[in-house]
Amino acid sequence: MKQFDVIVVGGGHAGSEAAAAASRMGANTVLVTMKHSDLGIMSCNPAIGGLGKGHLVREIDAMDGIMARSADEAGIQFRLLNRKKGPAVQGPRVQADRLLYQNSIKRALKSIENLSIVEGEVVDLVGSHDGVMGIILADGSEILAKSTIITTGTFLRGKVFIGEVSYPAGRMGANPSSKLAEKIEDFGLKLGRLKTGTPPRLNGKSINWEELERQPGDVDPTMFSFLSKNPIAEQISCGITFTNEKTHEIIEKNLSKSAMYGGYIDGAGPRYCPSIEDKIVRFRDKSSHQVFLEPEGLSVDTIYPNGISTSLPEKTQKEYVRSIKGLEKAEILQPGYAIEYDYVDPRSLSLTLSVNGVSGLYLAGQINGTTGYEEAAAQGLVAGLNAAAESSEEETITFSRSDSYIGVMIDDLISKGVSEPYRMFTSRAEFRLSLRADNADQRLTPKGIEIGCISAHRKKVFLDKVDKIEECNKILSEKEFTPNQLIAQGVSVSQDGNKRTLKQVLAFPNITFDNIKVFDNRLSDIESEIQQQAHRDALYSNYIDRQKKDIEAIKRDEAIKIPSSFDYKLMSGLSNELKNKLIGQKPKNIAQASRIEGMTPAALFLILSKVKQNQSNVRAG
Amino acid sequence: MVDTIYALATPQGRAGVAIVRISGPDAFMSLHSMCNDSKIKPRKTILCDLYTQEGLHLDKALVLPFKGPHSFTGEDVVELHLHGSIAVIQKTLETLSKITNFRQALPGEFTRRAFSNEKLDLAEIEGLADLIEAETEAQRVQALKVLSGKLGERAQEWRSMIIKAMALIEVTIDFSDEDVPTDVSKDVILILTNIINDLSFESTGINVAERIRVGFEVAILGKPNVGKSTLLNTLAGREAAITSEHAGTTRDIIEVKMDLDGLPVTMLDTAGLRETNNSIETKGIRKAIERANSSDLVIVLTDDGKKPPEIKNPNILTFISKCDNGDMGNGLSAVTGFGIDNMIKSIKKELRNNVQNQGVATRFRHKEAIDRSINKLTNAKKFVTDGPGFYDLAAEELRQTAYTLDELFGKVDVEKVLDEIFSSFCLGK
Repeated sequence: MKQFDVIVVGGGHAGSEAAAAASRMGANTVLVTMKHSDLGIMSCNPAIGGLGKGHLVREIDAMDGIMARSADEAGIQFRLLNRKKGPAVQGPRVQADRLLYQNSIKRALKSIENLSIVEGEVVDLVGSHDGVMGIILADGSEILAKSTIITTGTFLRGKVFIGEVSYPAGRMGANPSSKLAEKIEDFGLKLGRLKTGTPPRLNGKSINWEELERQPGDVDPTMFSFLSKNPIAEQISCGITFTNEKTHEIIEKNLSKSAMYGGYIDGAGPRYCPSIEDKIVRFRDKSSHQVFLEPEGLSVDTIYPNGISTSLPEKTQKEYVRSIKGLEKAEILQPGYAIEYDYVDPRSLSLTLSVNGVSGLYLAGQINGTTGYEEAAAQGLVAGLNAAAESSEEETITFSRSDSYIGVMIDDLISKGVSEPYRMFTSRAEFRLSLRADNADQRLTPKGIEIGCISAHRKKVFLDKVDKIEECNKILSEKEFTPNQLIAQGVSVSQDGNKRTLKQVLAFPNITFDNIKVFDNRLSDIESEIQQQAHRDALYSNYIDRQKKDIEAIKRDEAIKIPSSFDYKLMSGLSNELKNKLIGQKPKNIAQASRIEGMTPAALFLILSKVKQNQSNVRAG
Repeated sequence: MVDTIYALATPQGRAGVAIVRISGPDAFMSLHSMCNDSKIKPRKTILCDLYTQEGLHLDKALVLPFKGPHSFTGEDVVELHLHGSIAVIQKTLETLSKITNFRQALPGEFTRRAFSNEKLDLAEIEGLADLIEAETEAQRVQALKVLSGKLGERAQEWRSMIIKAMALIEVTIDFSDEDVPTDVSKDVILILTNIINDLSFESTGINVAERIRVGFEVAILGKPNVGKSTLLNTLAGREAAITSEHAGTTRDIIEVKMDLDGLPVTMLDTAGLRETNNSIETKGIRKAIERANSSDLVIVLTDDGKKPPEIKNPNILTFISKCDNGDMGNGLSAVTGFGIDNMIKSIKKELRNNVQNQGVATRFRHKEAIDRSINKLTNAKKFVTDGPGFYDLAAEELRQTAYTLDELFGKVDVEKVLDEIFSSFCLGK
């Protein structure tokens, strides 16, 4: 029997990040995976980042996590999405070589001294309903720890569907964990069922690339990690093709054989990632859908046809794939499939991702109803940090909607729950203009330094950067210029007699940093990365000032806790509809209550007064 | 257990009929204990004798029961239509108070229960309050419009328009790597223009609506002793202002509320305008001019056809006073009554013109939110016009608009925006 500080069950994106985070905090950590070779595996499409998701990866990096650096190492095509839109909505994305990525993650984990990696299936938890003290493996051995993080992804009662065929599996070619599902149910946690799907994988050699449009990466690649400079791997292009009427006809004809449409699956699937069957049924007037042909790596010929995930029988898959331009002779290496799995209603979790009412137990990743590697890794980070903090009896480490996308996601999960696999979008973040991918380090690294999860190297790089930004901002705010002075140097500005700082000038649309260099020769010495940062801050400064007020209000509201025993039933003045929502969602503080759909200022005021009244009663009593 | 509440629903005092309203889970039980008639059927009136618990005869009353949720409060409700005697009312309330779990209703408690049981929303409650307060026809019509949920209906439309605009912009942001439109400016501008127009109409309308709620102010202005107070008294049909032969009698402003053919009007009699050394009178004159300038309408009474130059208010009607024999077009005489009808007609016409611009929002609480929204929507429109490079800022303005209108609409959740996106666009590459 071994004793650790933290146990992490599962070695996917949540598990890897959780184990790395707990170790960084100094906890003696063990990661238990079913198969050593599966560490850091990308079971769906070979890409990391994107809109909203790219923000999460940057935030993980800002806390010194491992996902960003591995993605940079494995990146074979870098693209900054929304490049032409405002910096707040730009999202870095990378096409990753599956093997390079996995190797990089494995290397990162193995290099951590206080992290052990054990192969085995977890079949039971040690402890009682109010506290978990460790795990039991299939071979009967026990591992004990102060905190345990479960990150079993889609493995809980996972079931794969291909047409009318179905069998239990965690993903294609891997066993599900059914015993653990039963154990989790024993804790009285509410389980639900979700589904997701993948497309058939194609042999790149059987594709007629000559006929297809190509999509190259960016000329000037945007890296994920604040520590990375340039791509390492060879860069490639993706292909683009389209489904056509013939494809749709084949699918339509075989709909009843689809696992989804044949009525074999009950779980709810993601609306933003529908199967090709779904797209054709729901958008009948669309005669063509885009398909991206994404290489899975430099050393393999596997192609991931993004956009045609399916649960149709293998034979039909072959038929419709071959109706698509460029894929006439395509060979299917692995059929597409749908997977249905159990998830735990995340409303039973706290801001640290610990299970309410059970000490020492954390859940992170797809098990909480999310989808995506980035969402999983971000949760792994939060659970890892907190499991370590709990094991050494330190304070909890929480994220807020006002400081990060991580905070937005966790708050959404624990206050609203999920009705489909939860994916990050930039539109979910109300402070989108402040929470940018470019300033993730400035938002979170100081927090990381404070709790002690940042390496000395990153700390130095970060503090240097902050000094430079401050210096640059000082120069930009120092002097004021009259409209005449500005116009004389070609800056078009209204003759309103108002003097402006260079920072204010930078906020004008169509002004570049180069345009203002003439006003102060020190500006030419500033590094381009710092210039860019200063420009972005200036661009949004008006809105950010306004958002700061909102953020302060949120922080105030977050500080007013609603006790879990709070009784809405006895409150008069609340509509029954709202009462039911409040009873169902159990907001943990006033900020969460205020975000409930249909909440009115009057109702919020009522709750607030009642909470305050209860508090003063307690004090008086 | 919820208390059963009761209260006198008609005014205190002696009257032909007085109604006591009872609401709550035990409302029907009260009947069983007070009247011997056991055949209580919802919405069927019964005439029955009421008794106290000691068996004392209270009154012969008309009883009207409503079974919840089909009642005003959504709970079981009983109305006792009693003879309007102070003693009967007293004894009845006293009898009710002795039943277990019965208590006198707090002010507004019936309405609050109706709100809790979703029989009324916040705007409808405001409408109800206004309807009860309504003294004139225009006030009644307006209050009824709010009570019947017109504001809520319009708010729903604006809400869905804003969600639609947000969804169009967000789809180009959050799904830009998919097969979706990249430039939605044209569609969004169209939606924003519509909302801005609608909201602007409401915003101007609120001024009028507020006037209908609290009354229009019409100031009578003119030189001393030109007959202003006499005119006011004639209009009021009673001696509301002091009239005398001496110039400068009215130094302070005298207000008389009246119903001018359905419109609530407060007539203001003011100090006569002249040069004077009397400091109190000077103060009165200054006040008269200030008040006239902020009034909805100024009636200038003159004997020489000239307007006082201090009046900046554009809404002016000028009449020649003391035309006892009626030989002038806009002349009038408060003494003979000549021209008064004509004058009332002109005032009504002027005020009615305003009323036509009235929307469904009626309070300054609404106006404030609406005006701020118009401002933000206008910014959003500008950014959208500048193109996709500014969609992030447009989206921020729209998000803030939604927050601002939350008070009228209830909350706009980002999930609603995503719902709209997923139902309109085919996503998933």
